[in-house]
Amino acid sequence: MASYTAPLRDMRFVMHELLDSSSLSTLPGYEQATPELMDAVIEEAAKLAQDILLPLNLSGDAEGCTYENGVVRTPKGFKDAYAQMIAGGWTSLACDPEFGGQGMPKLVSTVFEEIVSSANTAFGMYPGLSHGAYRALHAHGSEALKKQYLPKLVDGTWSGTMCLTESQCGTDLGLIRTRAEPDADSGFRITGTKIFISAGEHDLTENILHLVLAKLPGAPAGTRGISLFLVPKFLPTAEGRPGARNGVSCGSIEHKMGIKASATGVMHFDGAQGWLVGRENSGMRCMFTMMNAARLAVGMQGLGLAETAYQSAAAYARDRRQGKSVGGKTDPAQVADPIIVHPDVRRMLLESRSMTEAGRALSYWCGMELDRAERHPDPAMRQEADDLVALLTPILKAALTDLGSDAANAAVQVHGGHGYIHEWGVEQLVRDARICQIYEGTNGIQALDLVGRKLGQDTGRLLRRFFHPVAEFLAAHEQDAALSEFVGPTAKALGRLQQATMTVAARGMARPEEAAAAATDYLRLFSLVAMAFMWCRMAEVAQRALQAGANGEASFYQAKIDVGKFFMARVLPRHSSHFQVVMAGGETLMLLPEVAF
Amino acid sequence: MKILVPVKRVVDYNVKVRVKADGTGVETAGVKMSMNPFDEIAIEEAVRLKEKGVATEIVAISIGVAACSETIRTALAMGADRGVLVETDMAVEPIAVAKMLKALVEKEQPQLVILGKQAIDDDMSATGQMLAALLGWPQGTFASKVAVENGGITVTREVDGGLETVALTLPAVVTTDLRLNEPRYASLPNIRKARKKPIETMKPADLGVDPTPRLTVLRVTEPPKRRAGQKVGSVAELVMKLRTEAKVI
Ligand SMILES: Cc1cc2nc3c(=O)[nH]c(=O)nc-3n(C[C@H](O)[C@H](O)[C@H](O)COP(=O)(O)OP(=O)(O)OC[C@H]3O[C@@H](n4cnc5c(N)ncnc54)[C@H](O)[C@@H]3O)c2cc1C
Ligand SMILES: Cc1cc2nc3c(=O)[nH]c(=O)nc-3n(C[C@H](O)[C@H](O)[C@H](O)COP(=O)(O)OP(=O)(O)OC[C@H]3O[C@@H](n4cnc5c(N)ncnc54)[C@H](O)[C@@H]3O)c2cc1C
Repeated sequence: MASYTAPLRDMRFVMHELLDSSSLSTLPGYEQATPELMDAVIEEAAKLAQDILLPLNLSGDAEGCTYENGVVRTPKGFKDAYAQMIAGGWTSLACDPEFGGQGMPKLVSTVFEEIVSSANTAFGMYPGLSHGAYRALHAHGSEALKKQYLPKLVDGTWSGTMCLTESQCGTDLGLIRTRAEPDADSGFRITGTKIFISAGEHDLTENILHLVLAKLPGAPAGTRGISLFLVPKFLPTAEGRPGARNGVSCGSIEHKMGIKASATGVMHFDGAQGWLVGRENSGMRCMFTMMNAARLAVGMQGLGLAETAYQSAAAYARDRRQGKSVGGKTDPAQVADPIIVHPDVRRMLLESRSMTEAGRALSYWCGMELDRAERHPDPAMRQEADDLVALLTPILKAALTDLGSDAANAAVQVHGGHGYIHEWGVEQLVRDARICQIYEGTNGIQALDLVGRKLGQDTGRLLRRFFHPVAEFLAAHEQDAALSEFVGPTAKALGRLQQATMTVAARGMARPEEAAAAATDYLRLFSLVAMAFMWCRMAEVAQRALQAGANGEASFYQAKIDVGKFFMARVLPRHSSHFQVVMAGGETLMLLPEVAF
Repeated sequence: MKILVPVKRVVDYNVKVRVKADGTGVETAGVKMSMNPFDEIAIEEAVRLKEKGVATEIVAISIGVAACSETIRTALAMGADRGVLVETDMAVEPIAVAKMLKALVEKEQPQLVILGKQAIDDDMSATGQMLAALLGWPQGTFASKVAVENGGITVTREVDGGLETVALTLPAVVTTDLRLNEPRYASLPNIRKARKKPIETMKPADLGVDPTPRLTVLRVTEPPKRRAGQKVGSVAELVMKLRTEAKVI
């Protein structure tokens, strides 16, 4: 089984020492959210994840979900675990107190998402999708719908889904065919088939609320003609209990590569009663307002998996003896040393760890900016935070889910042949991590979002929200000898990112396909610079703590600096190749005629 | 009925404990600390007695560094009503703890004190017994079942040969064994409420106790490494090796 202990000390380092989470309690509504409360919450979350969710991860993967006559069963233990989760109030963590929520900051729910995904990504899908439905309904539902349904999503007795995808449309939702016809009872009747619906049908909750994208009669073509509807599996009675069955059913579930314990259903809507959420033809706009949080959540799945992969690999590498150390310290009493002595094994471990720690800093930063974007009393500050979130979201979604896959593969490699065997639990991580690069907008689409929408927005206003603090930090620490191994390389990479940005913008203006051709490498270049900036700041915090005596934690802070140095010397240089690819342009991508493929 | 539950802050049971390089103790800097697991069981039992209507108030007490207040908060999140922190930076030994608890018992007048049977850091298994002796109260140690009835308390104890049941008059001291119950997870709303529950802070001197250690720790070392096993060809060889090499027979 994969090993995982929530890295609480690292989490606290980022939340409190790097990001000064105590500033959150100055935001209206977050007065109680002190660092001490946040620590108590994540500590209990860690217990829940380690004791209840982690032990169900491997068995859930082996057993998977089962389908019989429209009924879906989750693997053994999932029902109990879910019951414990809602009894503890965890589904209500970041929800609105008006509907029974605990009103904790987004920063805390971001940490929670990481912990749950580390322990059991597939399990996390059920509350995760519910939370997506909660957000859509909370932001766009009528008061009546909110009153009726939100408390159920918040307390977790009912769950939610997001029904976008159809067989002919995944990325391009303009091609949706599901129809909504006006109707006297509920307002609308929904007809059509949705595929790949996570948590579409299961046995964890007494009712399921589907949020469905569909087209009204005579709606404009493409994404401008899509509306959002709420379609309950059971129509609620006057007392708020699940009543008559609505016209929605699960036709089958998919046999998938990973997250096997998460049911992915084909959902048939046969004149099902639905209620409009938001205005007519504004379905895509509704989706957009909640997209940042949803994409960040998928990024956290990648990060959580990367953490578990790293921990499992590090534990194995300390234990497994194979070969003698070359030139290093060796144990004369043993015929072989633990493989952690080998430089190549350390390479794999440190690549994963240095990117995971930087990714954690970057994602928690984004989580905190989400809080400021929502709550800050000053509209200018809200806008600033919102801009930063908009810019960072596609970068985080793609970079952290790529990291999840890479770190999981590295963990298999460190385990040697055992990594390929189910019982060790790391090949599962590879399979589970893979979907994160695909759903919630493929990583290719994230890159297009970055270059196509975010780059040029308001003549680069979003970019300046990132470039300015980075440049400021680098200028302030130019002469800082203790940070010389951090500031120099980051400044160089930032320069190239800025040059690449100008080039992509200029070329893209004349020929849009040039921007599209550069997108993925541009995003990767950007993510490396963003991670480098996080390492600069983390190293600075660690240096300061060490100078102040470190309070007995010198080895913790020294490890930050050591891992950061590894990142600067051996990961950041990858930016050069991405830079060169961006600069090379897209011409060679289009040389080969289609028939030659 | 009021119940006092002392809770100790110890190195988390998941942490692989390391001896300090200078041999003066175990490494605690930067190490995750949690409530002693046996004390969690004690809190859980007290909360269950409250839920049954037997107990009316639960006071969680911790003695040690300022960070022990977080251990008390954990107890409050599980259902204790208020906390008392006796703050000291000294390493307190069972006898000093027992004396401070005695002073607190005299102040609080509880009918029951529930303690863990031992703390997983030093494994002393002494505080509960010492406290009972100092108070002159009956004690039911290593409890795997507790029932309060007819003004007394029946404690089922885990002893070497099996189970022993003792009937105690109240007030009494009980120490918990592993099988007494399974402690609950604190719910999110209760974690938040715990922040608002009161914790009274005092010093050992306020209780008239001098916590200066009476024992001197000479040296802390790792247990010897286990040596690799051997294969033997016959029973005769085994017996020979047990006699000449292992010197156990
Ligand atoms: C396990 C699982 C769970 C899922 N859960 C849900 C769910 O709960 N709700 C839901 O609605 N959907 C869900 N999905 C669907 C998922 O969101 C889609 O699979 C995803 O959006 C991609 O769509 P697609 O599969 O149709 O691929 P396509 O859109 O056909 O894409 C195929 C490839 O072409 C690329 N591509 C497509 N268009 C462009 C373009 N314009 N420019 C460049 N490249 C392009 C893509 O990046 C991709 O690499 C789930 C899928 C899976 C596998
Ligand atoms: C499906 C499958 C089929 C197989 N078929 C066969 C078969 O038919 N016959 C057979 O004999 N074997 C077979 N094997 C075993 C396979 O060849 C071994 O798993 C492989 O050689 C790796 O050895 P290991 O698993 O002991 O990993 P280890 O040797 O423990 O390696 C673990 C990690 O440490 C690294 N490492 C180890 N030593 C050093 C060093 N000195 N320097 C740097 N890095 C080091 C490795 O690169 C690896 O990343 C099979 C394995 C599998 C999974």
